[in-house]
Amino acid sequence: MIGYYPGCTLKTVASIFDRTAREVFRELGVELRELKNWNCCGTVYSLASDDVMHQLAPVRNLIRAKEEGYTELLTLCAMCYNTLKRANELVRRDPEVLSKINDFMYLEEVKYDGSVEVIHGFELLRELEDKIKEKVKNPLKGLKFAPYYGCLLLRPREVAIDDPEDPQYLSYLVELLGGEAIDFPYATECCGSYHTVGAKELVYQRTYEIVNLARELGADALVLSCPLCHFNLDARAKELEAERSGFEHIPVFYFTELLAHAFGLSELQLKQKGTQ
Amino acid sequence: MYVKIDHTKVKGDLVRKIEEISGVDVNRCYQCGKCSAGCPGAPFMDLLPSQVMHLLMTGRVDRVLESNTHWICASCFTCTVRCPKDIDLAGVMEAIRQIELRERKDFVRVDKLPERLNAPTIAMVSAFRKLTS
Ligand code: SF4
Ligand code: SF4
Repeated sequence: MIGYYPGCTLKTVASIFDRTAREVFRELGVELRELKNWNCCGTVYSLASDDVMHQLAPVRNLIRAKEEGYTELLTLCAMCYNTLKRANELVRRDPEVLSKINDFMYLEEVKYDGSVEVIHGFELLRELEDKIKEKVKNPLKGLKFAPYYGCLLLRPREVAIDDPEDPQYLSYLVELLGGEAIDFPYATECCGSYHTVGAKELVYQRTYEIVNLARELGADALVLSCPLCHFNLDARAKELEAERSGFEHIPVFYFTELLAHAFGLSELQLKQKGTQ
Repeated sequence: MYVKIDHTKVKGDLVRKIEEISGVDVNRCYQCGKCSAGCPGAPFMDLLPSQVMHLLMTGRVDRVLESNTHWICASCFTCTVRCPKDIDLAGVMEAIRQIELRERKDFVRVDKLPERLNAPTIAMVSAFRKLTS
């Protein structure tokens, strides 16, 4: 049984990601059952070996999943995926850390044991390929997409959902839906991530380069799976238009929006100037 | 004349702490520069990631702490997946940040941020987790 972990941002600015995912998976015969009681995963996996405290939040979510009888936990946000997956891998390989965490959370009725599998939406879609083909009513004909993975679906290697240096799944999916995926050399580049809070210039520079290249290569839109990448490549790109003459933003979509369009459930807004 | 270079003496306590937190032996780096070549933060950094490694293995951690490199690092893991010596450089950057944060030296000052900060939850939680103590 698969439980669904939306994460904070899919409940707010990225609600379209959550909504289209539910619609699309329902169409494919999978009802997304949201965990009844989840908390923030922490967004970033702690890399410090002596910092067990920051593993509590992701592991607590895994307890919630286990409690409700789920064997798999589905994520869509690349950051939630990475954080939950890495915390899970950590407690699976380090029984000492696991028992420390369980001891600390002694008020929980269920002890965590590493038994829940953290998966990303792409992995579920891979299994539903035949159904996807059946459901395409409104193919993405004539549209060119630049596939953009960013960092956390692909790195580090131990949690990569595809080849970290040469991922293919997004292109494959776009083509399954009747669209064209361009060969995009910046598909795995970083958007500047959380520096959008304290070092915006870095994000502006990354956004400038990524969006410009996508445009130069003839893409009509970017397609991705991370709400933070989305914010940087879309909202920040729009701000950047005022600052750098000649720069134009490009529409940015979650992969579930492409599926929803292809299934005839909603329409992609491709108008470039003045779109929201 | 016989000269014995002992890296354990060169490194000093702070470098050893960084190695402990990150689980990386900094001496394994052979200075190929691949990490710096692909680093998205490099144009904004005082020191390149490979230079940080060089300074750590020669015990000049003060130069590292003076730089902004570990703060600019966005934990993108590009260096980590590309290092031919399998060094988790993103983990080294985190360890250096931890050294600073544990002394309450923050990179992002919450009280200095604009009152209406235009950024989604995911950005704020991650920035505060990474860059504030
Ligand atoms: S890629 Fe690895 S070996 Fe090469 S300079 Fe960077 S840390 Fe050292
Ligand atoms: S993890 Fe940090 S140092 Fe390494 S490539 Fe990314 S930004 Fe540069």
